[in-house]
Amino acid sequence: MTIKRRVAVIGAGITSFRRRLKETGKELSYHAAKMALDSAEMNLSEIESVVMGTAPDAFDGIHMKSENLLDGAGGTGRPYTRPFVGGGTGVFSPIAGWWHVASGLFDTCLVVAEEKMSPVQPHPQTAFRTIWDPITTRPLNPNLVWIFALEMNRYMKTYNIPKEHIAEVAVKNKGNALDHPSAQLAAKITVDDVLNSETMVWPVQRLDISPPSDGAAALILCSEEVARKYTDAPVWIDGVGWSLDSSYWTNRDLVFPQYVAEAAKMAYKMAKIDDPPKQVSFAEPYDPFTYKELHHMEGLLLAKKGEAPKMTAEGITQRDGKLPICPSGGLLGVGNPIAAAGLMKCCEAFWQLRNEAGKRQVDGAETGVCQAWGDLMQVGTVTVFRR
Amino acid sequence: MSDKMKEVPGVYLRDSELKAPDAIVFKSRPNAKYVWTAGIAYSGYLEAFKNGKIIGRRCRECERIIVPPRMFCEQCFRSTDEWVYVKDTGTINTFSISYLDADANRIEEPILVAVIDLDGASEGIGILHIVGNCAPDDLHIGMKLRAVWKPENERIGCVTDIKFFEPLKED
Repeated sequence: MTIKRRVAVIGAGITSFRRRLKETGKELSYHAAKMALDSAEMNLSEIESVVMGTAPDAFDGIHMKSENLLDGAGGTGRPYTRPFVGGGTGVFSPIAGWWHVASGLFDTCLVVAEEKMSPVQPHPQTAFRTIWDPITTRPLNPNLVWIFALEMNRYMKTYNIPKEHIAEVAVKNKGNALDHPSAQLAAKITVDDVLNSETMVWPVQRLDISPPSDGAAALILCSEEVARKYTDAPVWIDGVGWSLDSSYWTNRDLVFPQYVAEAAKMAYKMAKIDDPPKQVSFAEPYDPFTYKELHHMEGLLLAKKGEAPKMTAEGITQRDGKLPICPSGGLLGVGNPIAAAGLMKCCEAFWQLRNEAGKRQVDGAETGVCQAWGDLMQVGTVTVFRR
Repeated sequence: MSDKMKEVPGVYLRDSELKAPDAIVFKSRPNAKYVWTAGIAYSGYLEAFKNGKIIGRRCRECERIIVPPRMFCEQCFRSTDEWVYVKDTGTINTFSISYLDADANRIEEPILVAVIDLDGASEGIGILHIVGNCAPDDLHIGMKLRAVWKPENERIGCVTDIKFFEPLKED
C-alpha cells in the first residue's frame, strides 16, 4: 500500500450538545463548520470538498438528510459525500475526508457531522425498530438496548468483572465532561450513584447509558503544503482503519470486538505503532455505554483482554493517569448526537495535540487514537492523530 | 473545545416549548408499507418452525452448521451444501432482563431475553429468543433451555411459533 500524501487537520468546531436544541440540523452544521473554518483562519472558498457524516435518517425524519443538510455544511456546488456506517460514522467521516486528500484528488476537505435525535417522538429508540432483520428478529419485538445488555453480561461473566469497575467509567467520563463547554451530562457522581440508578435492561442501568442528543462538529483537513501556509502547528492523521463483522450477530463472539481490533491494526500499521499502550498518549474510544469504553480499550489493544476494568479501577485511565481515556468526557458526559459524538472525539484529539484543551489538557500528548462503533454492534472505525 | 473559544453555539429547547399548545403540528402518514420475501434460506427455516423443528445449513468447507440458515457461507464465500436439523434445546450464551419495551417505555414485568447456543449447531451458533417459566434471578449463563412450541394448529411459520425457551429440568 502506498499513501500518496500526508493529511493534516488545521481546524475544529463544535456546537453545544443537548437533549434538544432550537437550531435545525442545517443551522447546527453551519455553526460547527463555521467555527472550524474560523479556527483555521480559512474561508469556505478555500474548501475543495465536503464530507458529511450523519446517522440514520429516521432520527431527523427527513429522508436523504445529507441533502437537506448540504447548505449548512458548506457543500453547495462542491463534491459532497455522505459516508455511512451507523454509529461508527463519526470517526469514519474524517477517514473519508482523509482519502479525499491523501489520494491527491483534493487539497482541502471540510468534514462535518450532525445529528438531531430530538424530532423523533416519543423516543429515539423507536427509530431503531426498523434496523432488525424483519424475518428472524423483528417478530420478537426487540429493543436495541437488549443487544448491549447481552454483550455486557457476556463480557462481565467471561472475565468475572465486578459491576463497580464498570461504573467507574461513568464516574470518570461525567467528571471529565465538567470541563467541556459543550457537555450535556457533566456531573460529579459516585460509583454508588451508578449502581443505584434505575435498571433499564439488566445489567445496563440508567447511568451506564449515554443520552439522546442534538449537536454538530467539524474538522478541516488539508494537504501538508496547504497546512504549512495556515499554521505552524498542524495535527496529522497518521493512521486510519475500519472493519465490519457479520450481521449474524448471534453467531459471533460477543466477548471481544475483533472488528475493532482489525480496524486498530490497520490504523496502527499505517502509523507505525507496534506497542499501542506505550506509543499512544491518550485515547477516545466510543463510550455510548460504560462497558463499551472497556470493551473498546481491549479492541484497540490498549489493554489486555479482560484487563480494562481493572486499569480503570486503578485510575490509570484518568486524565492525569498513565493512559488517559476519554479526556473529553466522552459520550457519557458530553453527550451522544451519534455521528457528531464520534467527530467530537476527533475534535478533542485535535485540541489535545495542539495543547489547546484548557482544563482538559493531557500532559505530553503526542499521539491520540479515536474510535467509533455501531450498526448491529459490528463496525469499528479508528483514526490515529499525531502532533 | 479549544481554550481560545469559551462559548459554543446552540440554544437549549425544553420539551414543553417543542410541544407548546400553539406549536404547529403537521401530520402525514406516508402510505409506505413493506412486504418482505423471506428468501430461500429463511423460507426453509420458517417452514421447519411450522413443523416444530429448527433447521440450519451445513458448509462442507468450514464444516459449520449455521442457524439462522443462509444459502451461502459468509466465511468461505461459497454456497452452503445441505439442510441439517438441529435440536430445539440449547445453552444460554448470554441473557438480559429488560424493563423497557420496544419503544423504550418502562414495563413492570421484565422481558427475559437470551442468546441461546443450539444443540446440534456448531459452537457459538446461537439465536435470539425470549425465556419464560423462569424467575429472573434463576437465569444464568450456561443454563440449559428447551423450546416451548405453540400447538401445531397455531403455528404460522414464524420465529414466534416458539413461544419461548424454558429451563430444561435435568432428571
